[in-house]
Amino acid sequence: MFDMKPTRDAFGETLLELGKENKNIVVLSGDLEDATRAEYFKKEIPERFFNLGIAEQDVIGTAAGMSMVGLVPFACSFAAFLTNRAYDFLRVSVCYNRRNVKIIGSHAGVTVGPDGATAQCLEDFAITRVLPNITVLYPMDAIEMKKATRAIAEIDGPVYMRLGRPPFPVITKDSDEFILGKANVMRAGKDVTVIACGLMVHEALQASNILAGEDIDVRVINMHTIKPVDSEAIIKSAQETGAIVTAEEHQMAGGLGSAVAEVVTRNSPVPMEMIAVNDSFGESGEPEELLKKYHLKDSDIAEAIRKVIKRKLRRG
Amino acid sequence: MASKPADIGTLKELARHFRRDILETIAGAGSGHPGGSLSELEILITLYYYRMNHKPDQPDWPLRDRFILSKGHACPAAYVVLANRGYFPKEELKTFRRLGSRLQGHIYTAVPGVELNTGSLGQGLSVANGIALGARILNLHFNTYCLLGDGEIQEGSIWEAAMTASHHRIDNICAILDYNKVQENGPVSEIKNEEPLSDKWRAFGWHTIEVDGHDFNELIGAFDEFDTIKEKPTLIIANTVKGKGISFMEGQAKWHGKAPNKDELEAALKELGF
Repeated sequence: MFDMKPTRDAFGETLLELGKENKNIVVLSGDLEDATRAEYFKKEIPERFFNLGIAEQDVIGTAAGMSMVGLVPFACSFAAFLTNRAYDFLRVSVCYNRRNVKIIGSHAGVTVGPDGATAQCLEDFAITRVLPNITVLYPMDAIEMKKATRAIAEIDGPVYMRLGRPPFPVITKDSDEFILGKANVMRAGKDVTVIACGLMVHEALQASNILAGEDIDVRVINMHTIKPVDSEAIIKSAQETGAIVTAEEHQMAGGLGSAVAEVVTRNSPVPMEMIAVNDSFGESGEPEELLKKYHLKDSDIAEAIRKVIKRKLRRG
Repeated sequence: MASKPADIGTLKELARHFRRDILETIAGAGSGHPGGSLSELEILITLYYYRMNHKPDQPDWPLRDRFILSKGHACPAAYVVLANRGYFPKEELKTFRRLGSRLQGHIYTAVPGVELNTGSLGQGLSVANGIALGARILNLHFNTYCLLGDGEIQEGSIWEAAMTASHHRIDNICAILDYNKVQENGPVSEIKNEEPLSDKWRAFGWHTIEVDGHDFNELIGAFDEFDTIKEKPTLIIANTVKGKGISFMEGQAKWHGKAPNKDELEAALKELGF
């Protein structure tokens, strides 16, 4: 079994480390620093922490302004509010102005659990990745989150990074390479490729174990960077395995599956299936119950793999 | 701050010439926003010829005062002032709104001297607060000025920012409201009344100063008063006239976003004494 740790905890710890190392790092919050773990920073570096109240547009606009004097602002709140609610500030003040602002959205996906649909952001990849100039990512576990948090502080430009709420299995290792925009192959395989992000990488790895007994050799890719998506890894997988399944805790429309399909259809068309929430809001429940209900489990991925392989074989 | 002795006669003459430049720029483009450009002009002249510390030959000078035009559609006046102040060649005004021009239809940072792309209303005050707070964190001493439109403050985000500025006692920010009382489809008072305006901002923790926004003496006095206000943000409510200086444009919503044709331009320039 894997150790379990919420990615938001790893984010909070790393943000504090960065704050101690770099005096230009400032943190803004929409009164959810307890939930996003930005409070670790607040407790030790209060002079560079600003809770601007429940005002996400103002949080993002103020962050854009702070970046204009050379500070590196991390704007932290729930994903749903920072992306959906404050979208036009993200579009104009941050992306159109190419500001060096890091937007950190926690509590995304159905695994938010009992809070229900309004907090379970399922649209953030779709609406952020359509914006020019932005980098979008969703690290899969606590170790990767530490590397990702450091990596986004290094680059100059707008970033949206998603954090999860519940503990995720810690699968990656400190020694694993993490490069923004470069996917990581988590499991080698030749029959089909699952391209996943966040918690769904874990589900995909479990699906690959289920299918090993059926003599299906599954490649699993962790696409931690949704934008710019790693086209090279996608094309290579399409060519080498001939079939692709995507898996994400997000709406099917516009998310990782769409990003992968945009590359596949234009470069190396192969059959694809998508595991995602299919045009529905979430609801209250325990994370595991919700993953089952919305068909986001390892067994659902396994079924999609069987289906896509049949389609691949029919094509000859 | 670096308040220079101002010769009011000179400023008035600049305003007369800049009104011509604004109208010619918009007429040349065939589209644009004359109403709010003409109402805000004296405010911009006061900022760029009297009030602000800035270096036209060094637009990125770190200690410059910052100016954010939150009502980004009224960029013709800003472009005209920046060009005349030496930030870029005046000749370039002819490219306004043309394909490939730096002079985008809403204010744009590729133009030297412009700090922020705007155009979607209600965002500039939050950004200005961020600059001012950032300056405080970094111990940089300059002021941030932010020009708001009266239609624009119907955006709820303005009031989020208004609360932030007072809560954090940001006293190195001065917002100016171009209160010309007319928005795109009619009088502000009929579309969404904002009065009592000064009371609202005071209730949000701001020091307010009301002036005639076309009177240089009053504007200069207001900016000088801003220097003396500590521990709270300042709003100058500049009572202005939409389309100021051109009789057939004054107070008319239809001149919010419409270019004068050849005859209208000629009539306008004649009124200005050209």
